[in-house]
Amino acid sequence: MIRFTDVTKTYPNGTQAINGLSLTAPTGRITVLVGPSGCGKTTSLRMINRMIEPSTGTVQIDGRDVAELGAAQLRRGIGYVIQSGGLFPHRTVADNIATVPRLLGWSRQQIASRTAELMERVGLDHHLARRYPNQLSGGQQQRVGVARALAADPPVMLMDEPFSAVDPIVREQLQDEFLRLQSELGKTIVFVTHDIDEAIKLADQVAVMRVGGTVAQFDTPAGLLRHPADAFVADFVGRDRGFRALGFDSGITIRTTPEPTIEVGASLEQARAVAGSAAWLLVVDSDQHPLGWLEMAELSGAVQDADLRLGGTLAVQGGSLRAALDAALSAPSKRGVVVDVDGQLVGTVSAQQVLAEAERLPR
Amino acid sequence: MTWALNHVEDIGGLLASHAVLAAVPLLIGLLLAIPVGWLAHQQHWLRTPLVVGTGLLYTIPSLAMFIVMPLVLGTGILDPLNVVVALSIYTVALLVRTVADGLDAVPAQALDAATAMGIGTPRRFFTVELPLAVPVIAAGLRVAAVSNVSIVSVAALLGIPQLGSLFTDGFQRNFIDPIVVGIIACLILALVFDSLIGLFSRWLTPWLRPGSAT
Repeated sequence: MIRFTDVTKTYPNGTQAINGLSLTAPTGRITVLVGPSGCGKTTSLRMINRMIEPSTGTVQIDGRDVAELGAAQLRRGIGYVIQSGGLFPHRTVADNIATVPRLLGWSRQQIASRTAELMERVGLDHHLARRYPNQLSGGQQQRVGVARALAADPPVMLMDEPFSAVDPIVREQLQDEFLRLQSELGKTIVFVTHDIDEAIKLADQVAVMRVGGTVAQFDTPAGLLRHPADAFVADFVGRDRGFRALGFDSGITIRTTPEPTIEVGASLEQARAVAGSAAWLLVVDSDQHPLGWLEMAELSGAVQDADLRLGGTLAVQGGSLRAALDAALSAPSKRGVVVDVDGQLVGTVSAQQVLAEAERLPR
Repeated sequence: MTWALNHVEDIGGLLASHAVLAAVPLLIGLLLAIPVGWLAHQQHWLRTPLVVGTGLLYTIPSLAMFIVMPLVLGTGILDPLNVVVALSIYTVALLVRTVADGLDAVPAQALDAATAMGIGTPRRFFTVELPLAVPVIAAGLRVAAVSNVSIVSVAALLGIPQLGSLFTDGFQRNFIDPIVVGIIACLILALVFDSLIGLFSRWLTPWLRPGSAT
């Protein structure tokens, strides 16, 4: 647990970076500090590993004031990831990852096996071990940064805008993998970002900070979207927060409609018989995994892979209402495909059915 | 060119001493310029005085420097130490700015990451900052090397034997051959120094080689 108590930071020129910050980042959870530039989020983060010292107040890790711990020793027990990974350009991927284990005096063998294990864990091919950072893509560099921070298995991880230097598709991938990794590792993470969507996606709890270094609201992502504390938070959280809040309405079993299906290879006559008067027919494989939609008016022969329209997203039964609504809106047939956790077809749902569920929920 | 062929051994000896008189101060100057350049890089208010101050040393005419050295050092006028000390000063003059610039060019994020991982300041300097400053420092070192090769020859006026002696010899006897040989030998020596530093810098910076998956 990381606890800030009445922390302020005033620079010699009188600038107040942090003003009366008190918050607790619970063990094993992701706490995100989010806010506009100049709100002191990075300053706060760096107080945890003593790269910046508070003017007044204390920062504690598991009840121990960090000011009483040796800076170097403290830092070797805290993983740190920054934009683009902050990798050493002159060290290979393997050497970058081995930085802290070397400082801690691990044996060569220990280091080699740990490095290989971490590369696999963060999804880096082992042949990249001897490459230099400038020979990697932005996403790969970021993975190396995460692997390096995890090297000595620190209980605490500090992450400063780690995913902001990569393109949106890679960013989303990295975020998903980060959440998967965290579900396995359960680190105590403090994560800084200026991107509220990233904060809402990743956080167990979010501290929205405003310029001058005060916390405007400290809440769960769902709480932030549903009950913004003031106009600043409401504005910062953004306009389509009602829609985004649907992302947190999960665990609801939506009533689905059974959907007639056909497999690839079926004849035109078989397809017509199954579809009846419907304009669209859902194609599945032999294990009932949905493959795509078939437009009956376009079909002129046996059902082939090339006939499939792949645009629709899938919603998992018991997943969020947002995913279900997106499945309905993105399907060419306007019927959202709902699958179970194994990816097998459950049925379909219309946008109206999802909205009816949403209206039933308390706000 | 029969003169050159008849004096191969003499020329070789002069070339060797010329090389030593240029190379030793280069190394000494580099070793001195690194801490001074680091100070200029580290302390903002010291940068201008240090960079400009040491840079001005280069404007002292070499002949004057060689003559003043025995007075300052208490050495004999023919002592090669005069040349070594004088050229070390010139090397420092050329390299302090280069070292400071090279250290400035190290990415701040790499330094932050090093600090955050608990790498102490001295260790960080030798394992992160200095290796990353090598390309810039090497570029400055190449200039200083060529400059040293050229300035050493002036010491011939004091009678310290090296390739410059071929110039004084040629002028005194009004004989062109030693002068031409001296110029060509200086040129070759400068090229060799330049290439050696280039190769060494390349060896120290494998990450800058394109497609280097070693």
